[in-house]
Amino acid sequence: MINFILKRLGFAALILVVLSAFVFFLFFVAPGDPARMIAGDKATETQLVQIRTNLGLDRPIHEQYVSFVGKALQGDLGFSYRNQQPVTKLIINRIPATISLVIGGVIFWLVIGIPVGIMSARHPGSIRDRVGQGFILLGLSFPTFVLGMLSLYVLYFLPKQAGFTLFPAGGYKSFTKDPLIWAWYLFLPWTTLALVTAAIYARLTRGHLLQVMGEDYIRTARAKGLSERKVLFKHGLRSTLTPLVTQLGADIALLLGGAIVIEQVYGLQGVGALAVQAVKNQDRPIIIGVVLLGGFFIVITNIIVDLLYAVLDPRVS
Amino acid sequence: MSATNTETGFPQAGAVVQRGPLELTLRRLARDRASLAALGFIILLVMFALCAPLIEGATGHSAIEQYRTTGLSEMGLPVVPNSEFVLGTDHLGRDVLVRLAYGARISLLVGVLASLAAALIGLTVGMIAGYVGGATDTVLSRVMDLVMSVPFLLCALALVSVFGPSLGLSVGVIVFFSWTTMGRVIRAEVNSLRKREFVEASRSLGAGPVSIMLRDILPNLSVPIIIYTTMMIPSAIVFEATLSFLGLGIVPPTPSWGGMLADAAANSVYLVAWWLVIFPGTALLLTTLSFNILGDGLRDALDPKARPIRLVKKVRKADKA
Repeated sequence: MINFILKRLGFAALILVVLSAFVFFLFFVAPGDPARMIAGDKATETQLVQIRTNLGLDRPIHEQYVSFVGKALQGDLGFSYRNQQPVTKLIINRIPATISLVIGGVIFWLVIGIPVGIMSARHPGSIRDRVGQGFILLGLSFPTFVLGMLSLYVLYFLPKQAGFTLFPAGGYKSFTKDPLIWAWYLFLPWTTLALVTAAIYARLTRGHLLQVMGEDYIRTARAKGLSERKVLFKHGLRSTLTPLVTQLGADIALLLGGAIVIEQVYGLQGVGALAVQAVKNQDRPIIIGVVLLGGFFIVITNIIVDLLYAVLDPRVS
Repeated sequence: MSATNTETGFPQAGAVVQRGPLELTLRRLARDRASLAALGFIILLVMFALCAPLIEGATGHSAIEQYRTTGLSEMGLPVVPNSEFVLGTDHLGRDVLVRLAYGARISLLVGVLASLAAALIGLTVGMIAGYVGGATDTVLSRVMDLVMSVPFLLCALALVSVFGPSLGLSVGVIVFFSWTTMGRVIRAEVNSLRKREFVEASRSLGAGPVSIMLRDILPNLSVPIIIYTTMMIPSAIVFEATLSFLGLGIVPPTPSWGGMLADAAANSVYLVAWWLVIFPGTALLLTTLSFNILGDGLRDALDPKARPIRLVKKVRKADKA
């Protein structure tokens, strides 16, 4: 058990090291002079030298990397090239929108995906299974931004043309001000995110249930005289939890680092939108910060998933 | 009763026809109407993409030229589909039909190219990891885990922001983040195949590791290779479209479906011009859907064992009885 956790922690650390090295080399060693990006085209050579000394760009690369990681660990990610604000603060400002999106999205997609998977697996080959599989296929094939744009067109624009507002066009309203308005503004992003993701969960649930329901211990459970419903929910679904938790951890981690596409479509001012803007502005410190944040979330959720794994699956030792 | 054997009285059995695996697979696939429809759509799409210059010639519209007088309304808005612009025009007065055709080229090119390259890398790495085992396997498996757990879209953003968007970089990024699925599958397959008797036999006849991998193991991997490469194509197409949608993929004015949708989303032009989202959006959806259906169909046709068994239903009926 301890061995398992240590191994996983080692892997988590490896992810962070690789990601930090990736962004560091990408931005400090790759083409483009950071000093010129900060100072602009009109800067004189003395100004550039001054900036380089301030940033430590004149020191050897390995020293720069160590100081970069050291600062990042203390939450100091430098300053935006664009408006000189601290990157950490800029990112923190964007986190509520992203977290709100992810929380609602997760609930929606679990509520849609798992029941569809169960329905499909309980009646394999039936019409209900075909509906379920159709849902899975469609969900897996629908590009997120296409679904987002279509929902905006049908649920925002058409009602608005007809003279009433069904859903807002997008944007983020703070939860603390008015939870209802918050949910109303997030409803379309939630459902869009949920519909394209639920398919993955439906497929996972269906596949795993079909496999598990043929196993000996399920036969034993049936032989004990348990109702089919009890067999399914107590024994079948119980073992499906493990792959579901793994998938959920990976998805949450990925989205917390910026639900880039959804935020872009719905104009949500989240972390992902910040990253896209930063790419357009060539604001490298922000991109570095967001990538590291993404890595941080991946590591955290990895650890949580591993702990859950050990609890859920008695075979893990 | 004309088919009854007069001597025995039993119905005469049809002549036994010998069918090879390819024929069997094709026959199974031919019975699957969804797969056939998907295949039909993909063939049409390829023809559409190949015919892009012909469409350009027939309409007389280039893919990047802006027809400001005929292609834009007096208020400077896109023109609805009409006899001159069959699928309408976009916000710059460009012909959507012609752009759609050239965009199909990009989607298919990137999708197929990236999938083939990713499949090749995944196959190589998976085969080495699975066959050699030991420390090599551990290292390669960790590398695959690592690539899989990295936030790929963010890393793609970072790469593009440094090197600038381009077709080559898009393909590179897609390949880099998609070879691992194939790698894992192949590794697991090879790992179990290498312990089989025919490999042992080959080895005892003096075959070296490379020969065993290529001549004995590789032919046994054709099914997963075909299935997973097909399944990778739609993901690669969506990946490219997403990059272009975010302005990080194909450089405008070269038409790509993702780029067309990005143009439509900019300033919400598509709200007054539905054709800007419906046509490229549907094209993209149908393409990914077709490849996914075909992938499923191929899996069922190549590997009939994997089809779901009706276990639960039978038991439930027995339960009720």
